[in-house]
Amino acid sequence: MADETPEVGAPDAPEEAAAEAETPVAEAEAPEAAVEAEPKPAEPAPEPEPELDPEIEARFARFEAGLGDGVIDHAESHGTLVVRVRPDAWKRAAEVARADLDCDYLSFIAGMDWMPAPKTPGDEGTDTSAPVQPDTMTFGVTGSKGRFQVFAHAQSTTKHWGITLKTDVDEAAPAVDSWVSVYPGADWHERECWEMYGIDFTGHPKIRPLYLPAEFEGNPLRKDFALIAREVKPWPGLVDVEPMPGDDTPEDEGAA
Amino acid sequence: MTTTETPGFEVDPALHRTLENARVNVELDNGDMILNLGPQHPATHGTLRLVVRLDGERVVAADPVIGYMHRGYEKLSEFRTYPQITTLINRIDWLSSFANEVPFVSGAEQLMGVEAPPRAQWIRTILTELSRIATIYLFLGEMGLQVGALTPAFWGFRDRELVLNLIEGATGGRFHPNFNRIGGLKDDLPWGWISECRATMDKILKGCDDFEDVLVGNEIFEARTRGIGIIPGELGAAYGVSGANLRASGVDWDLRRDGKPYLAYPEIDFKVWTHPDGDSFARYWVRLQETREAVRMVIQLLDGLPAGSIMAKVPRIIKVPEGEVWVEVENPLGQMGYYIVSKGATGPFRVKIRSASFSNVSILPWLLRGVYVPDVITIMGSLYFILGDIDR
Repeated sequence: MADETPEVGAPDAPEEAAAEAETPVAEAEAPEAAVEAEPKPAEPAPEPEPELDPEIEARFARFEAGLGDGVIDHAESHGTLVVRVRPDAWKRAAEVARADLDCDYLSFIAGMDWMPAPKTPGDEGTDTSAPVQPDTMTFGVTGSKGRFQVFAHAQSTTKHWGITLKTDVDEAAPAVDSWVSVYPGADWHERECWEMYGIDFTGHPKIRPLYLPAEFEGNPLRKDFALIAREVKPWPGLVDVEPMPGDDTPEDEGAA
Repeated sequence: MTTTETPGFEVDPALHRTLENARVNVELDNGDMILNLGPQHPATHGTLRLVVRLDGERVVAADPVIGYMHRGYEKLSEFRTYPQITTLINRIDWLSSFANEVPFVSGAEQLMGVEAPPRAQWIRTILTELSRIATIYLFLGEMGLQVGALTPAFWGFRDRELVLNLIEGATGGRFHPNFNRIGGLKDDLPWGWISECRATMDKILKGCDDFEDVLVGNEIFEARTRGIGIIPGELGAAYGVSGANLRASGVDWDLRRDGKPYLAYPEIDFKVWTHPDGDSFARYWVRLQETREAVRMVIQLLDGLPAGSIMAKVPRIIKVPEGEVWVEVENPLGQMGYYIVSKGATGPFRVKIRSASFSNVSILPWLLRGVYVPDVITIMGSLYFILGDIDR
């Protein structure tokens, strides 16, 4: 890695970078065309089949030797090894990463909601300045079976490498195994993921809200949880409550 | 021991045992005392509440309560364009705002296949290191405050201002520069800035010596920090503790040297400092050395600053192609990373913000078990977290 160029641009993925570099440079020539372009991705076929970096391939082989058939798919994304594992192998994946890949450091665990944010018709709850995202549900690197995923990144402080692990989460009963027994630092990350996405972590010692007050309803980072910047929602700890418009007479005009 | 040397002081052994039991019982009666530290406490940068259960003077269990400053940047980022988001993420770790911007912007650049020109990379590196100095220099003073020494805190604030003046001179913002653009920087360095920067670096080095003179070797400081709050390196890593906190536990890992090469760090020569002890003192010492190292790095960077443009050619409307990228950098407080998922729009589909203090503080329930109440403050001070970096 030491002989790479110092610049930030993806040094480990020259093929991908070169392939993707075409678009922005071309757009630079004609910015007006870029504005008019549809938000649809130009090339829907994901399959980044070009051969992986040999070091990353070797790292994946090591991981796959430990986890066996728990691996569904793997890919390299801008120099990072991304592996999608089966939900029942989620905890074993952490153990394999820790034991076989020497990933002694837990960077993060987070949730992911691939559903496009619903466009609420009408005039409330929408931020018109928000960027327009594609309407179709696509699943990023290594794909996903459904709407929810949990992904995590573990690293090695000695080997100086890392691995991003992903697993699918059932939408009807969102739950995966907890990593707390493998990485104690998973505790807070899983609590955050639980409250933000409503994904349960079986085996977590005591799952409870981390950031949000206990009375909070909903899972804020789900895509169908609208970002209501200007709607007034009474703060649960508020003492000197002034009557909200429409509070006393719910049948009034303020019933929105 | 001969019993004859204490004449006339015979205590019935049975009574003696009862007395001892009584004393123990008194302590046990206090066992369930709950002490609320915070949400407002001078040792915290922001509002962190720490609920500790005490047995006498000792902590039995500690539970940090966070979220008082949760601003939901991950959600907000999904509703903003890439250039708008740098304004938000400035406020994550507000003491080193510039360093927060760099990984996000370089992540977007990687997805777009754009590369900032060398001069922009070097200036980014200089300003990142200046942010590091500004952040850690304050810690070097405040750590004295945690053990009752007032003077270093004033020194910390006084000299940090010199560095903030430099950042303000270059970017226009003392705390929130918002200076990075996708593809480069907003402006070049102003005239005379480099010589002013050199002069300030001399003062910072002298200031580090002052801190060392006053605190390191000071009897009170050593008694309050040596052997207190020891984090074993392996456990710290499993908790995700990073940065100087982990290096103070003997883990030789610095993303500037060991991570994927970024900015101008491969071009310059620097040493990664570690300390084997893992206690509060080690964390102070490592940060002290890191500040000096950062000064050396800034001087090297000023010497080798390449000429040229500071902005790559990018489209007027930033549209980031579909993809996922994980960017991680060594921030003043530890590993900071962004996992950016783009679906080809003008804003990201999902941004996972991995902030250093979040994981650094998550070890507190383990770390505070069994320590004395006054040490809680020094341990929290020595971990050095910013609440905005926890709550995001």
